[in-house]
Amino acid sequence: MKKTLLLFLFLSTLVGQAQEYFPTNSGVKTSENTTVAFINAKIYVTPTQIINKGTLLVKDGKVVSVGKNVRIPNGAKTLDLSGKSIYPSFIEVYSDFGIQTPIQQPNPNRIRQYEANRKGYYWNDHIRPETNGFDSFKYDSKKATDLLKAGFGVVNTHMNDGIASGSGVLVALNSSSTDAYRILDTKSAQYFSVNKSRLSRQAYPGSFIGKTALLRQVFMDAKWYESGNAKNKDLSLEALIANKNLTQIFNAGQTNLNAIRLDKVGDESGVQFSFVGSGHEYEDIQEIKNMNATMIVPVNFRAAYDVSNPYLANQMELSDMRRWNQEPSNLAVLAKNNVNFTITTHTLKSVAVFQKNIQKAIQYGLDETKVLEALTTVPAKLLGKSSEIGSLQNGSYANFLITSGPIFDASTTVYENWVQGNKHVLSDMEAIDVSGEYTLSYNNKNLNLSIDGTKGTLKNGTTALKSKFSYKDNWVTITMNNQNDTSKYTRFVGALDDNQTSFSGTVVDESGNESSFTAIKKSDKKKVSKKKNSKSTTPMVVPVTYPNVGYGFASKPKQETILFKNATVWTGEKEGILKNTDVLLKDGKIAQIGTKLRARGARVVDATGKHLSAGIIDEHTHIAIFNGSVNEGGQNSSAEVTIEDGINPSDMNIYRNLAGGVTSAQLLHGSANPIGGRSAIIKLKWGETADNLVYKNAPKFIKFALGENVKQSSARVNYRFPQTRMGVEQVFTDYFQRAKEYDAAKKSGKPYRKDLEMEVLAEILNKERFVTSHSYVQSEINMLMKVADKFNFNINTFTHILEGYKVADKMKAHGVGASTFSDWWAYKFEVNDAIPYNAAIMHNVGVTVAINSDDREMSRRLNQEAAKTIKYGAMTELEAWKMVTINPAKLLHLDDRVGSIKVGKDADVVLWTDHPMSIYTKAQTTIIDGTVYFDLEQDLAKRKAIQKERSMLMNMMLNEKNNGGKVQAPKKNLNRANTCETEATELN
Amino acid sequence: MLFFLCIGNSFAQQTPASKQTKAFSIEGATAHLGDGTEIDDSLIMFADGKITFVGSAKMKIARQGTVINARGKHVYPGFIAVNSTLGLVEINSVKASSDEEELGTMNPHIRSLIAYNAESKVVETMRPNGILMGQITPRGGRISGTSSVVQFDAWNWEDAALKVDDGIHMNWPTSTTFRWGAGEGVKINENYSKNINELSDYLDAGKDYLKGSKSPKNLELEALKGLFDKTQKLYMHVNGEREITDAVHFAKKHGVDLVIVGADEAHKVTDILVKNKIPVVIKRAHLIPGNNDDNYDKSYKTALHLVEKGITVTIGLEEGHVRMNDRNLPFNAGTFAAHGLDKEEAVKLITLNAAKILGIDNIVGSLTVGKDATLFISEGDALDMRGNILTEAFIQGRKLSLESHQTKLWKRYSNKYKNQ
Repeated sequence: MKKTLLLFLFLSTLVGQAQEYFPTNSGVKTSENTTVAFINAKIYVTPTQIINKGTLLVKDGKVVSVGKNVRIPNGAKTLDLSGKSIYPSFIEVYSDFGIQTPIQQPNPNRIRQYEANRKGYYWNDHIRPETNGFDSFKYDSKKATDLLKAGFGVVNTHMNDGIASGSGVLVALNSSSTDAYRILDTKSAQYFSVNKSRLSRQAYPGSFIGKTALLRQVFMDAKWYESGNAKNKDLSLEALIANKNLTQIFNAGQTNLNAIRLDKVGDESGVQFSFVGSGHEYEDIQEIKNMNATMIVPVNFRAAYDVSNPYLANQMELSDMRRWNQEPSNLAVLAKNNVNFTITTHTLKSVAVFQKNIQKAIQYGLDETKVLEALTTVPAKLLGKSSEIGSLQNGSYANFLITSGPIFDASTTVYENWVQGNKHVLSDMEAIDVSGEYTLSYNNKNLNLSIDGTKGTLKNGTTALKSKFSYKDNWVTITMNNQNDTSKYTRFVGALDDNQTSFSGTVVDESGNESSFTAIKKSDKKKVSKKKNSKSTTPMVVPVTYPNVGYGFASKPKQETILFKNATVWTGEKEGILKNTDVLLKDGKIAQIGTKLRARGARVVDATGKHLSAGIIDEHTHIAIFNGSVNEGGQNSSAEVTIEDGINPSDMNIYRNLAGGVTSAQLLHGSANPIGGRSAIIKLKWGETADNLVYKNAPKFIKFALGENVKQSSARVNYRFPQTRMGVEQVFTDYFQRAKEYDAAKKSGKPYRKDLEMEVLAEILNKERFVTSHSYVQSEINMLMKVADKFNFNINTFTHILEGYKVADKMKAHGVGASTFSDWWAYKFEVNDAIPYNAAIMHNVGVTVAINSDDREMSRRLNQEAAKTIKYGAMTELEAWKMVTINPAKLLHLDDRVGSIKVGKDADVVLWTDHPMSIYTKAQTTIIDGTVYFDLEQDLAKRKAIQKERSMLMNMMLNEKNNGGKVQAPKKNLNRANTCETEATELN
Repeated sequence: MLFFLCIGNSFAQQTPASKQTKAFSIEGATAHLGDGTEIDDSLIMFADGKITFVGSAKMKIARQGTVINARGKHVYPGFIAVNSTLGLVEINSVKASSDEEELGTMNPHIRSLIAYNAESKVVETMRPNGILMGQITPRGGRISGTSSVVQFDAWNWEDAALKVDDGIHMNWPTSTTFRWGAGEGVKINENYSKNINELSDYLDAGKDYLKGSKSPKNLELEALKGLFDKTQKLYMHVNGEREITDAVHFAKKHGVDLVIVGADEAHKVTDILVKNKIPVVIKRAHLIPGNNDDNYDKSYKTALHLVEKGITVTIGLEEGHVRMNDRNLPFNAGTFAAHGLDKEEAVKLITLNAAKILGIDNIVGSLTVGKDATLFISEGDALDMRGNILTEAFIQGRKLSLESHQTKLWKRYSNKYKNQ
């Protein structure tokens, strides 16, 4: 079928293009000041202020007057828009329209760059607030055409490069004018993103947690600089300060958690960001709402996955299929929750689908007035431009759309998009709709012609004939094949008669004989309002679960009063193992331990033959962290980062750990650098938000690392200090010396530059923060204790600590604990002397020893790992069990809350089907704070639900495919494991 | 101290034991025969490296040689680590210590045996956990090379060999492709048939070559001989249901003895495996399921799903933290038992089934009269960490040292603190 190209008619007659004080050498200087009056239109001055049969008066590109009784001045050009509507044109808030993103230079040798390229600017190349989008702006007529078609009149664009990416430009899509008129503001907003600049290879920050830390520091430095304390010139900070009163727009990327975290960074720094969101805000709607930020939401709905091949489809996960189903309801959910939002075409491959996606969102329950606000008044307000754009009040730019009816109806035609008083024709308003059924007569033959808009089909009776049809500018052209001999044609060409119900013209037959034809309308086209029908039934949206992945809860589980009767209780206290004992959990605590207990309202669980223990605590793990947030290895110290910024509460490993009886874990930074990042200490409350996983008032921890990883032993090119254990010592000495001096300066009361990294290190010196250090060989273990001694603090925990057995006496003297693997070794040179008897030897010397996982698979079998200390080193069962419960609790300074079964402690317990360290045992029920987060029976029910939902969604997608809908290849998730070295190389 | 008594001869570390000269009688233990049965209060006797008696201790029969009172303890045939790289790499991250993967795609002529380090420190840590034999397997390429079966108490690879060049290992192509990064769509591998045809042509070329004059000599094709005369098995490393099905048809077409290795989705195609009597080397239990929607215990149940259909199954050691973790083989069997498999069937996975698949069940794999006296005594249930504490172990009747580099360091430092 021939594509109809829409011609854009740029009428430059309405706005004088000669700027008023510019000289002219091409003729007589003229000025145009025509007034245009649009009358009898339904005018949406704003989404809620609507004038029926009103008049809109436009002059010099602006609205002069709007209302019911507007006096039309003499000489005004009048356009009668009876039956038509006028809406303000849309505003695109987030775009890189007309601004070329820089291209990154290749780095074939994969050399890591640690220093910045620039001088006189911020020390980090990815902070570029001094970038002015306008400096690189070049009006893009082609893209403007696409946006105009989609209904936009104004676009806010910027240089999409860097974490702080500079200020933006507000542009009217007035393609027939020049920048002299269409540039509305050259500092329209200040932009941020989670992506580094392509203009620099500077390694830091290499993670999301590094980016949040860097931003905190940048805003602190801006305050310091603003108060005139800095000795150097910093053009970046100056720009950041200069831009601080602009709208602050942050592209937070594809994850809601990013926006939620960055909003907190903003709160801490006194900045309110507006966020370009993920498009699936509905998954975390409560937290998104609590941000009180304006969301700039994409409407990029994924195509259905092609699940026709079950072998491919099986590799998909429920969560992705769900998003296909749930995404179109996102805007409706945001509206229902009164989140302030605007809508962006950002992430759409083609702007052409924008209107269609908006219609889809409306079909999924979004209110039409809300959409209009989200595209007009909300973005105008966000940009502080409510008096100029987004509405048709007096004085506003004359940016408006003329439509045949309600703007978001699929059957509505958008005729014209006026920008600054310049008309852009999208669809000819004067075109006559000739749709209907016609009788085409020529040479005594009668055929049926059916016309629908610009499409037409010829039929002989009811048999369709092979033919080509076009209708344009009141002329009809038909080429009809000979139905028996396809190489022969009959051609018709004719014009619409004045009565507008018939065509007459010439027909040329197969032999070239000319005669005349007529086509007379029999009936109008039957209006089949398909859309109306489908609109009335809101599509089925599967409910969101907590978290919104397989095995999520339909509703968040609730705390219960539970009485376990007749269990074998592993107290982990001096009472040891109590047989035939009852334990009552109430209000999230262990309320009573005894025999023949009773409790009103308690759910009684018969635990006869079963074992009840405290939940397992993993001192060292990297589960529940987003990929790419385990390590910030861009510098040899990253004390400023915190894993709390990188928590992923929907990581399936949380659920799988619960199935292994784990209830608490320390999420550690990796081991890329000597001074790593701060830990997140969490409870594995599956279904809770990231914030709610974290212990309240948790002791503060930081990860250090020694040895092969930090000296970059497996790096291909050596360039960062340190490269030896000798250098590692100096890194610590240097940083602590500086922290000491920093702390002294801070305590002196004089002004000081607040430095996040130094703040954290000073906390260590002040014994407010504990150190867990990754360590292997005895020399480095000893070294770090000596450094700590020198600065008068203690290392709290050595983790891995595989040669701890060689210096256990020194460790005991220092007062440091150990968290080790049960039996790992031989994976790298520094673990050649690692022995499985390590835990037992250190324990026998008197060191507090825990067994940890550092592995998402092993973490769900820590009970078995504890049991290995019985085999290797003949630990007693009681002592072995403590190594995964009360001992890690002690190391984490949480032993007053968790780690044993004791009255008053948190109700974090596990009911085991057998002896908890037996290879044959299973965790039957795992409880945290008195709430059941895992249960074998629940698990079976969830499996069935997953199967049911998967098959239902697959049927829906197959249905979509078979009805001609777009499909894409099934998605597969890699589920890469996080380890100490996730950022850098392979195994820890 | 008590736990020191567990260790036998503290001077014979890593020195291979000499030939059995006097007989042993193990009396009173629960004997797990390896064939799925057990005998309470058993009597096991062996001499000259061979088992001479397996029965009840209640039998009034003369005890031969040294009598070991093993009442309350357990006796097992030596466990067998299948599809392992033990002895080929000493330290993962030290390239100089690695001999597991050769360049090239078609490497049937590459033989693991000659690179096997009989004095590996990693190998000696297998023995205190009851793992006394292993199939040493090369990696990489489309055809990785030829494996051999060794026992773990030898001066050199020649002495270690139990079965030289037992099979050829092939990595079957995958029918889907998946590109990392943007999109993450799973697509059909358009080259899948082509890849299979290449393998097919290669085997055909081998067959033709071997029927011909064999001149000039072709080392690669020469190495395929054992596949066609069935003195070697074809170990097909393959995971998907479609791929497993195709691999079975492939093996039938070429008339070779097939063993499926890896076998993630074997449970979906059990019919064809049963029908063709194809044994399966599954992955270890201690792995994370590949898909988030998978049941948490999916990898704990792989053995059960195949064993209950009557398939011969053993545990391979390719994935996971290889080599150093191979010593946890018994606990992987134990995990399968925890999740539905009968305990004696779990023992059978790593004893008789492994021996059958490797074609060495005539000499090892069960406590059977006439077989090698390759067995061990454990304080308790050897599939459970708490019980897997070996008191004696024998290979071909030779009493092994249960010492290692690791026990030496244990004693050395325990003594250091004891004497402080």
